[in-house]
Amino acid sequence: MAFESIGDFIAMGGYGFYVWLSYGLTFLALIILVVNSVAKKNKILKNVAQRLSREQRIKKAQNMEGTL
Amino acid sequence: MWKWLHPYAKPERSYQLAGKLLPWFVVATIITFVVGLGWGLLFAPADYQQGDSFRIIYIHVPAAMMAMAAYSTMAIAAFIALVWQIRLAEMNIAAIAPVGAVFTFIALVTGAAWGKPMWGAWWVWDARLTSELILLFVYLGIIALYNAFSDKVLAGRAASILTLVGVINLPIIHYSVVWWNTLHQGATIMKLDKPSMAPEMLWPLIIMIVGFAAFLGAVSLLRFRNEILARESHRPWVSALVTDKLGGEK
Repeated sequence: MAFESIGDFIAMGGYGFYVWLSYGLTFLALIILVVNSVAKKNKILKNVAQRLSREQRIKKAQNMEGTL
Repeated sequence: MWKWLHPYAKPERSYQLAGKLLPWFVVATIITFVVGLGWGLLFAPADYQQGDSFRIIYIHVPAAMMAMAAYSTMAIAAFIALVWQIRLAEMNIAAIAPVGAVFTFIALVTGAAWGKPMWGAWWVWDARLTSELILLFVYLGIIALYNAFSDKVLAGRAASILTLVGVINLPIIHYSVVWWNTLHQGATIMKLDKPSMAPEMLWPLIIMIVGFAAFLGAVSLLRFRNEILARESHRPWVSALVTDKLGGEK
């Protein structure tokens, strides 16, 4: 271990602010990227599902017209 | 001999292959991040000159290296897309560009936070920093250009051309610390000589470089699958996929 205590670890030999600023912004950026990528996939799948159900409804309505 | 490659030019096959590879990259990312950051932050000794501020290296260097590796990959894809007109190569560019842009952003931000205590300035207009900033703008330009066209055939071609033009920036970034006087230190690992770093500091760095490479792979695969789905959304195989998924959830 390079540090004696948790306080020492957080202080980073006086450079705590710079070190944790770097790590904080890095992980923030990486997490935003991952969340955005996953959200995009769900959105695409939702759009396709919506289109499919719309097509199905239209087909159903057309069949109904035929029987009337 | 190379015939086994042909089926992968079909989007459906590529989608499935990317899906099979994705979990491995996710696992590799998690393991390397935990080991690399644990080692780098807790066990690596403090630098005799820079104290504990040098621990920023474990994200700064991997992000900068992988930002350039990502660009190189995009450049190869752009060449393939333009010469052989393979649509998947264009989707590859669109998938990687945001990851590369985020890595470049990380390299710049962590560099600034490291520069302040060591050089006394968040930012200086020197060759390494300026060329890295240009890389960020090139990345953003490629993303913006790709999204500017609703016709994705045109968008892919335009983005490919811009990607190839931007390649000129890569050697400038790499050699900027040699060609110009700069505050930024020279190469530590990527040189022909032995790396000028103690092994107990170097090992976590190498693990983190592998970690960022794995993250790049994982998110690129995820976004590559998104691109395929979006551009193939009217194909029967995508409809079947969505119907299967809905059926499974019920």
